[in-house]
Amino acid sequence: MAFYVVQFLTGLASAASLFLVASGLSIIFGVTRIVNFAHGAFYMLGSYVAFTLTERFSDAFGFWAGILAAALIVAAIGVLVEMVLLRRIYHVPELFQLLATFGLTLMVEDLVVLIWGPSDLLGRRAPGFKGAVDFFGQNIPTYDLFLIGLGPLVLAALWLIFQRTRWGVLVRAATQDRDMVAALGVNQKWLFTSVFALGVFLAAFGGALQIPRDAVHHAMDLRIIVDVFVVVVIGGLGSIVGAFVAAVLVSELNAFGILIFPKISIILVFLVMAAVLIVRPWGLFGRPEAAARRTPGITVNPWRPLTSHGRMAAVAGLILIAALPLIGGNYALTVGSEIAIFVIFAASLHFLMSVGGLASFGHAAYFGLGAYGVAFLAKMAGLPMLLSLLLGPFLGLAGAAVFGFFAVQLSGVYFAMLTLAFAQIVWSIAFQWVEVTGGDNGILGVWPERWAASPSHFYWLSIGIAALAVAALRLVVFSPFGFALRATRDSPLRSEAVGIDGKRIQWTAFVIAGGVAGVAGALFAYLKGSVFPDSLGISLSVDALVMVLLGGVETVSGAVVGAVIYKALNIWLVSQTDLSKLVLGAVIILIVVAFPKGVVGILETIRNRRRPSKNSALLASRIETAE
Amino acid sequence: MSIASPLLSVEGLSKSYGGVHAVRRVSFQLRQGEILALIGPNGAGKSTCFDMLNGQTRASAGRIKLFGHDTSGRKPREMWRLGVGRTFQITATFPTMTVRENIQIALVSYRKQLFNLWASTPRFAQAEAGHLLDLVAMGPYADRPCGELAYGDLKRLELAIALANEPKLLLMDEPTAGMAPRERIELMRLTAGIAREKSIGVLFTEHDMDVVFEHADRILVLDRGTLIAEGSPEEVRRNPEVRAIYLGEGLVYDARHREGAPS
Repeated sequence: MAFYVVQFLTGLASAASLFLVASGLSIIFGVTRIVNFAHGAFYMLGSYVAFTLTERFSDAFGFWAGILAAALIVAAIGVLVEMVLLRRIYHVPELFQLLATFGLTLMVEDLVVLIWGPSDLLGRRAPGFKGAVDFFGQNIPTYDLFLIGLGPLVLAALWLIFQRTRWGVLVRAATQDRDMVAALGVNQKWLFTSVFALGVFLAAFGGALQIPRDAVHHAMDLRIIVDVFVVVVIGGLGSIVGAFVAAVLVSELNAFGILIFPKISIILVFLVMAAVLIVRPWGLFGRPEAAARRTPGITVNPWRPLTSHGRMAAVAGLILIAALPLIGGNYALTVGSEIAIFVIFAASLHFLMSVGGLASFGHAAYFGLGAYGVAFLAKMAGLPMLLSLLLGPFLGLAGAAVFGFFAVQLSGVYFAMLTLAFAQIVWSIAFQWVEVTGGDNGILGVWPERWAASPSHFYWLSIGIAALAVAALRLVVFSPFGFALRATRDSPLRSEAVGIDGKRIQWTAFVIAGGVAGVAGALFAYLKGSVFPDSLGISLSVDALVMVLLGGVETVSGAVVGAVIYKALNIWLVSQTDLSKLVLGAVIILIVVAFPKGVVGILETIRNRRRPSKNSALLASRIETAE
Repeated sequence: MSIASPLLSVEGLSKSYGGVHAVRRVSFQLRQGEILALIGPNGAGKSTCFDMLNGQTRASAGRIKLFGHDTSGRKPREMWRLGVGRTFQITATFPTMTVRENIQIALVSYRKQLFNLWASTPRFAQAEAGHLLDLVAMGPYADRPCGELAYGDLKRLELAIALANEPKLLLMDEPTAGMAPRERIELMRLTAGIAREKSIGVLFTEHDMDVVFEHADRILVLDRGTLIAEGSPEEVRRNPEVRAIYLGEGLVYDARHREGAPS
């Protein structure tokens, strides 16, 4: 019994930091409508800065002042970020905001390693809370008790700020109606900046408070952000009380999940999250968001199927690409195969994003599941390569069917957060369930059979499947199903009124996209000869997002162009510099701020400008008025 | 058409949000081919009524019968399958598609081809889509991107979309809102013409009394959630309560309508 009580208290103590970070995210979202992906990075920075300060000033006063100063310093960095970056992107679609803040996260990860080094840092214990309390033979660290008390204290302080101060009233008003508050003459810029500062302060404070409990390391940002996403999805984005309750719930589920399913403890959290989403899709304490109306006139270019000339050009291009083995060496062919595989992967996400308007932030889950599917079939069941390639992707498809069912209940940023959380769950299972997946060591020896083993043969296989996949997806885009999917994206109201079951259509699209991603993963397993949890990881999901954005979301063929450019650039970059995340993050931010239309989108704009027609002139004027 | 089985029959329809009764025990019937107007001041509960009939909002109490079958609790998409078309106060169309494709996707849905993954939508039911567009005089715009259309054209396109399932009942929420006076009259004439020709029952809300009195066969007057009058345009116009609450006592107004519906 005592053991369970201690376990419960440990859960409560973990909830404190989680609540601080989640409430910060919620407050920022409430006012600015930005889901700050970089929140995890600020949490991590809080930890690192606090580590440095508490090492330097190690007496009792120095320690606590250091914790507080760390949070304030990081909040100042947050203000800088808000003024330089976020102010430029408040008006862009939410997907781009998520990506820009993700780019920031990537940059911070590399900067942290650059400044503090790659190894884990162990902080000192908190002065005055070094011991433990004996509870029927079980030890409870006093620092945990301190954290347990701190959580409700911060909740009360936030409540007072929002209920009793003028600033708090303004923030609550802005949460309900930004435009109205602006119309009343409130300085929006200042309000946004101060809210962002408070949110970042809370995140950094949460991070700083962790150093007596946990090692400080450079991957803690992603770990916390996934937990925070789960918390705000359960508690309801924008609700501080929701963040508190959900933080306690998630921490307790983690604490007791380890006892029930030691290997896959995260499954319990997932089950609860799924249950909440079915009953209250907007979270326990959240309010359903009014569906955002798309401004008509922004995307007026209807898509056209390829003309016969276009088709011939595509076939000619494919023949040209297939001739690479004549001139390229083995390395070029392997790179070519990898690019072809990522064309498939990016095209599957592009289908979901551009046609369905569903920006998945965890698409790698289905890529990775396809790869593991092949590994299981080839290594454990001993199936021949062709059969494994054919059946392996079905694991991705099945995963997409399960997760997609829940994900399509939501939309916008909720959809993005949920897909990310799902992907992270799959990753944890692959990472923790060592008996089946090999854990961190992966599954090795998944080599192609002789007929496909030579680099040129595998290259031809890859581009052949890539061409088939892209052609099939294009066919679907212009099929009745593709139009129904676009219809639900364009106007949920109208599509429901003409008998379209939007959720079922979106679910089907999710399953299709997951299956195609699985095909890419299956090929990838044979290309690398092995499967690791990395192939389910967040960074791969984001790679796919960047490929799609680089090519252009509002285009049909953007994914192909984006994947080729990005993958080639990425492979080259990794060979040139150790700071690839820093460069990549900067590239992402640059795309969002300067080229939101992507490469293909820019080419189309240039082409339209060179052949000025009545339509495009009208179109340009519309876009101006819409802005 | 027999009066015994009306197209739409509403009995004791109510909706309350917490303690607020938005709609209270509203009952009325709509015959096949009849054009029925629902009028009343802002906040009278017109839109709430509409949303309940369409399945968008669940009624707190009461029954809605279509062809004598209870349809309470059906979703909008199920109502469409039962032959109910709907237009919205602010048009809802598919802005990234062409005008023709807007109709084609509605036809795809009507013919239950939504999960067809291989056919070409731009070539789907072209003739029928063209026919529907001609009906609302949008034929020349068929290949234009829908996002480029002027508001009046969007309204007509939306009407054509609503007609794609060969509806028996059209629900039009403020069909002429946001249009110029001349456009209003033209749109309602067009709608009434189509409805009479195809014998479609129409229920519409409207603030423009010229439009209402010209086209409605009968008028329902709603105030603070309650039906306060029902009858022919002439009866409603004479009703003192309706004048007090909604129409007012303007002399010009009376003069314009004294001789019955102007043509």
